[in-house]
Amino acid sequence: MSGTEQRPGRGLLLIELDGDGGHPAAWRKSRTAPVAVLGPARLRDTVLAAESAGFHAATFGDGAVPENGAVPENGAARLNALQRAAFVAPLTRSIALVPEVDTVYTEPFHVSTQLASLDYVSRGRAGWLVRASGSGAEAAAVGREPAGSARRTREAAASIEVGRRLWDTWEDDAVIKDVATGRYLDVDRLHYADFEGPDYSVKGPSIIPRPLQGPLPVLVPAGLLPPEALAGGAADAVLVSAPTPDLLAAELRDTAASLARANPPGTQPALIAELDIVLDARGQSAASRLAELDARAFWESPRARFVGTAAELTELLAGLLTEAAGVRLHPAVVDADLEELAQLVLPELRRRRLLAPATPDATFRELLGLPRPVSRYAAAGTAVVHFPASRAGN
Amino acid sequence: MTEANIDGGFRPSGQLQLGVFFQGVNSGTVWKAPESGSQTDFESFRRIAQTAERGLFAAFFLGEGLRLREHLGRPHALDVAGRPDAQTMLAALASVTSHIGLVATQNTTYNDPADLAHRLSTLDLLSGGRAAWNVVTTDNAWTGANFRRGGYLDHADRYIHAEAFVETAKRIWDAWDDGVIAASPSEEAWAKPASIRRARHEGQHYSVDYLPRLPRSAQYRPVLFQAGDSPDGRDFAARQADVIFSAHPKFDDALEFRRDIVARSLKAGRGANDVKIMPASEFILAATPQEAREKKAWVRSLQIGPQQAIAYLEQFWGRELQDYDPDGPLPEIDPVVEETSETRGSGFHGAKARQLADQWRAEANEKGLSIRQFVSSKTSRGDATFNGSYTEVADRLVEYARTGAVDGFNISPWLIPTGLDDIVNHLVPELQERGIYPTEYAGTTLRENLGLATPLRPAAGVADNGVAVGGRHA
Ligand SMILES: Cc1cc2nc3c(=O)[nH]c(=O)nc-3n(C[C@H](O)[C@H](O)[C@H](O)COP(=O)(O)O)c2cc1C
Repeated sequence: MSGTEQRPGRGLLLIELDGDGGHPAAWRKSRTAPVAVLGPARLRDTVLAAESAGFHAATFGDGAVPENGAVPENGAARLNALQRAAFVAPLTRSIALVPEVDTVYTEPFHVSTQLASLDYVSRGRAGWLVRASGSGAEAAAVGREPAGSARRTREAAASIEVGRRLWDTWEDDAVIKDVATGRYLDVDRLHYADFEGPDYSVKGPSIIPRPLQGPLPVLVPAGLLPPEALAGGAADAVLVSAPTPDLLAAELRDTAASLARANPPGTQPALIAELDIVLDARGQSAASRLAELDARAFWESPRARFVGTAAELTELLAGLLTEAAGVRLHPAVVDADLEELAQLVLPELRRRRLLAPATPDATFRELLGLPRPVSRYAAAGTAVVHFPASRAGN
Repeated sequence: MTEANIDGGFRPSGQLQLGVFFQGVNSGTVWKAPESGSQTDFESFRRIAQTAERGLFAAFFLGEGLRLREHLGRPHALDVAGRPDAQTMLAALASVTSHIGLVATQNTTYNDPADLAHRLSTLDLLSGGRAAWNVVTTDNAWTGANFRRGGYLDHADRYIHAEAFVETAKRIWDAWDDGVIAASPSEEAWAKPASIRRARHEGQHYSVDYLPRLPRSAQYRPVLFQAGDSPDGRDFAARQADVIFSAHPKFDDALEFRRDIVARSLKAGRGANDVKIMPASEFILAATPQEAREKKAWVRSLQIGPQQAIAYLEQFWGRELQDYDPDGPLPEIDPVVEETSETRGSGFHGAKARQLADQWRAEANEKGLSIRQFVSSKTSRGDATFNGSYTEVADRLVEYARTGAVDGFNISPWLIPTGLDDIVNHLVPELQERGIYPTEYAGTTLRENLGLATPLRPAAGVADNGVAVGGRHA
């Protein structure tokens, strides 16, 4: 997806809404009492604020379990991301809801069911931000060995494949409610997933009908999946990071070029640029806000960081949106930076017709410009279900 | 009715509570009626939950089955199938309800304690203290085929595993002292150090070493329900559960079950009133007794159609019986299997098939029942059904409240999404008039609304509550 192909009016803005903000000292500058950040009112208010500001998607980080010996701090206490997304689903209408869900220490069958359920409660606005944890603390929590990078890659690819297969195991019209024959289901339109991986196998079918979107959009960090997996359609969007905003544009171009080489034409995943932001706010310059925060805790982040005025950020985003389908913003302090974004940045980008309309009831796939495919098993044209021959008892 | 003294210091509350169980996986939910709605749309769930809340129900339940039911080796086609993940749906319902408890049935065999406890804590915090976990232990290799964990546990091991699991979860929920998190951004530290403990378990089935990530909720921790009826299951409930989701709604049976649970609770060192009981039940009601009887016949005809009747027998015969007339006698041919393999995922256990077939044929002959009539009598939830006019049924329920045979009922509506309307509009006011049903929510948390005591807090500042449970199973 090169800059010249990017039509005006298609840019997407995503916002990460975890906790008080991306900066580990954000809680000290928050308008919300720390204890209230883990409550329903704060969650509802921030997501509604992001929706009315015109953001296309909210992401919900699941972050890391604190490593051994660490005392929980701001960044450590977290509500489960997928449930936060589910909680706000009935309260919102246009914003896509994209929780981060781990693939290494989780059960792929549960992950698939939970995400499909999120798609139902959000009426087609769910997505999956793939995480592959290598954390020792998370491994110890479930009594397993920490995963090295090769295993993380393998586990992420396997979990995505399980999810995609399970979402297809019910064809769209499997529920027939045929009173004449007494059948609620047409069994010929149900299929086993029969996933066999190096670490485990999953039988299927899913225990929930096909999600409203069919397969949910899958977002992965660049570098997590091997090129073959991306070429095989594992991800719908790739999150691209670079150390600085200048390098980000170059990184986007490089990533687009390598995806274009590896993927069949027209099947490249969308690119989403990752950007930390600190804006002038509350009568204080961005630089001095950041200095105050940094004096309390160091913000370690693999992402490019923008520190400046709303007008400067608008220019940067306008440029990035010519290279990427979207940008995901990580505000240093949600309360402070979201307000500036809503009042100054998004209205200007809209005025310049750089943003896709945030349409009520549009699905996340529609926002991403993705068609809704029929089930892979239906496309095969035959009943590929194989039934176990043996009826041996449980 | 038997005179109902339950000793052991048990005191009936004189009150009943209601819960609603959305969609079991069985023939109970009628999908063939014109008014049958979607089983998956969020609006169906919202409608039932909000109606229940209007009727001051204590709890909204979701069941769980981790593999799609199968019949003769193929997915079972005749009943409602496919349902959302319980906690995901309940998290969504938390934002459109304010008082009703949100109960997730979750399995101990195919989950990790740290992950499950964390998700339940999330639901508890997002709902303002209304979450509960219905602990089930269902497992078999057939369900295990969907999981990384795979495999299964011996029946005998299930509750040992479940108990270690639940104790680990409780330790996770106990790990944060009250008021750990800073009350304002100007405090020096986000959390008070040394007031959060690691939770550890080292046992035969799994190990956990975890620093819990969430504080206590408004009700301290999620309420625990238990469903499982074996002696081991009952003892487990008596030791660990707040409420039993029982299978004993019929009055005499309910009283007997109450006595049994009181005895087991006392033996476990708990009080006679500590474990509440809410049996599964079905209500088919109308304005007059006559109408209610007609309605019941209509509901039954929709629940057990000719195909369901034949399929029911096929589970026991282990062969196709499509050529038999549903309105004729039971099949003369014998089952082809030794052990019955009932529709997988229905929660039944195997029995001797030939013996059962002989017994059933004799029974049907004697009563002059056709296949359809016979199956209907076997599956009618007969014991679990309250059928009659609103006043009749309300009168009958007075006896349950007076004796304390149960603390309430978990109602499975036979119709989605309107199946609670008549109960809330007509039965609830009758119960209130008789003084056996709340006229308002007692509080905002599920624990308050069920009248449960807050768990005893562990001593503040204890450094590490270690591996207490693991030793027993290592
Ligand atoms: C009223 C009731 C409801 C139940 N609901 C479920 C359920 O939704 N999902 C499930 O896996 N098991 C369910 N069970 C099964 C129990 O958890 C348990 O696995 C089963 O009864 C066997 O345990 P037991 O040997 O102690 O009876 C239910 C049991 C009862 C009595």
